[in-house]
Amino acid sequence: MPKVQVEAVVAVTNARISLMHIAKLSNQLTMTILAVGFFLLSSLFSPLHAAVLPEDRADIMYHRYDGGGMVIDGPSVLVRKNIADKISLAGNYYIDSVSSASIDVETSGATEYTEERKEYSFDASYLKDKSLINIGYTSSTENDYDASSVRFDFSQDLFGDMTTVSMGYSQGNDDITQTGNEEFSEKLERRHYRIGIAQVLSRNLIANINYESIIDEGYLQNPYRFILIDRISAYELDEERYPNTRNSDAVSFKLSYHLPWSAAVKSRLGYFTDSWGIDAASIELDYSHKLKNRLLLDLRLRYYQQSDADFYANVFDVNTALQTFVGRDKELSQYQTYSIGLGASYQWNFRGIIDKARINAQIDYMLFDYENFREVTKATTASYGIGNEPFYNFNAYALRLFFSVWY
Amino acid sequence: MRQLKKPLVLMSVAFMLLSLSACGIQPWVKPYHRANLANEVMQYDRDPISDGYMHHVRQARESARGAEGAGGGGCGCN
Repeated sequence: MPKVQVEAVVAVTNARISLMHIAKLSNQLTMTILAVGFFLLSSLFSPLHAAVLPEDRADIMYHRYDGGGMVIDGPSVLVRKNIADKISLAGNYYIDSVSSASIDVETSGATEYTEERKEYSFDASYLKDKSLINIGYTSSTENDYDASSVRFDFSQDLFGDMTTVSMGYSQGNDDITQTGNEEFSEKLERRHYRIGIAQVLSRNLIANINYESIIDEGYLQNPYRFILIDRISAYELDEERYPNTRNSDAVSFKLSYHLPWSAAVKSRLGYFTDSWGIDAASIELDYSHKLKNRLLLDLRLRYYQQSDADFYANVFDVNTALQTFVGRDKELSQYQTYSIGLGASYQWNFRGIIDKARINAQIDYMLFDYENFREVTKATTASYGIGNEPFYNFNAYALRLFFSVWY
Repeated sequence: MRQLKKPLVLMSVAFMLLSLSACGIQPWVKPYHRANLANEVMQYDRDPISDGYMHHVRQARESARGAEGAGGGGCGCN
């Protein structure tokens, strides 16, 4: 890049950083005003019917994901308890035990690795007439990545409880390190703004619209992942370089319709766009059926597609490898996902301290089909030649087996 | 400045809806006609422990994120 052009880019970048700092401070001030405003507004509207707190229940689950050379499994426990019908407290403990020999590991020539991630979260909800306020905290730790986040959500029932407006804010702070590199230490900050409306349309139909904007600032790439540079006779590996900011907008539209028997069809349309040039869309169709108040059956179908990021390439040549941002994460490529899910639950009813108990099994089977991410391994490169390896695809399943108790 | 606009827009939309609630719009589906809507088969997130897990699975493998209708934050899923 010519010197004058570089200086101009630096000047523009500095100006942007200054503006971002101002916007950041203004954002924090605005969110404070927003929260205070809502507390005041919520006290202005006299209620006729009250909103409700989530039910008292406890769940214990075994989860397992298997696909693309990765096996991730572990337990999860979630307990929720109401106090005086005004406050609901919830706690969740979750573990991911990871064993990975993914395509990224194979391409880089690394060996299979194992690691563990532990996550716990707490939530407290406060009910006041038609308003529900929730604050929560989540902490996640693994050997090279610590993440914590706080959240605030508010919802208000309106129009004779036919409409529920909700909005929320969360902020996450991540600390990133790299195994085997003591000097590596990076940070990432995330801010989420969301709003949603649930609307009763008829005795059998309810609609939801949700919007969420997410702003990331900090280290967004993966220190273990590399780009491939075509050196004619072989690939050269180099570090990825991502922008330090990412802004995204997502909107979803959901419909849930109760059929003449004890069953419902639910649909979800989602659209997503971000500042990296990725556009995504998804459609989901669910059917849930209850039999004699004991057996609950679910069927889910889902399709997802996305375009690639502006700075993504499967292989960079010696010139494009010098551009400011480069990445070869398959989640930045163009691909589709097809999935089908099945679920079954069986319920026992009691009279006493425990109201009911349920045993549940849910499984989703997924196919990931990549359009410009190739399966680069020593074997495929030897067979097909550089840049001509087959496009990558893999199957995976996500299993949840859990036991639930209501009290 | 784009970042600043979003909270203001969200606050304006919410304020508008809250203001409208004082206009006396009558509900066309009475509370005693909502038995089907309250049936658990209608819920999007019937089992939070399982649905939260699937959100995490997708968040780690798809670039799209957000608008799931539930609170979220850093997932530690690099």
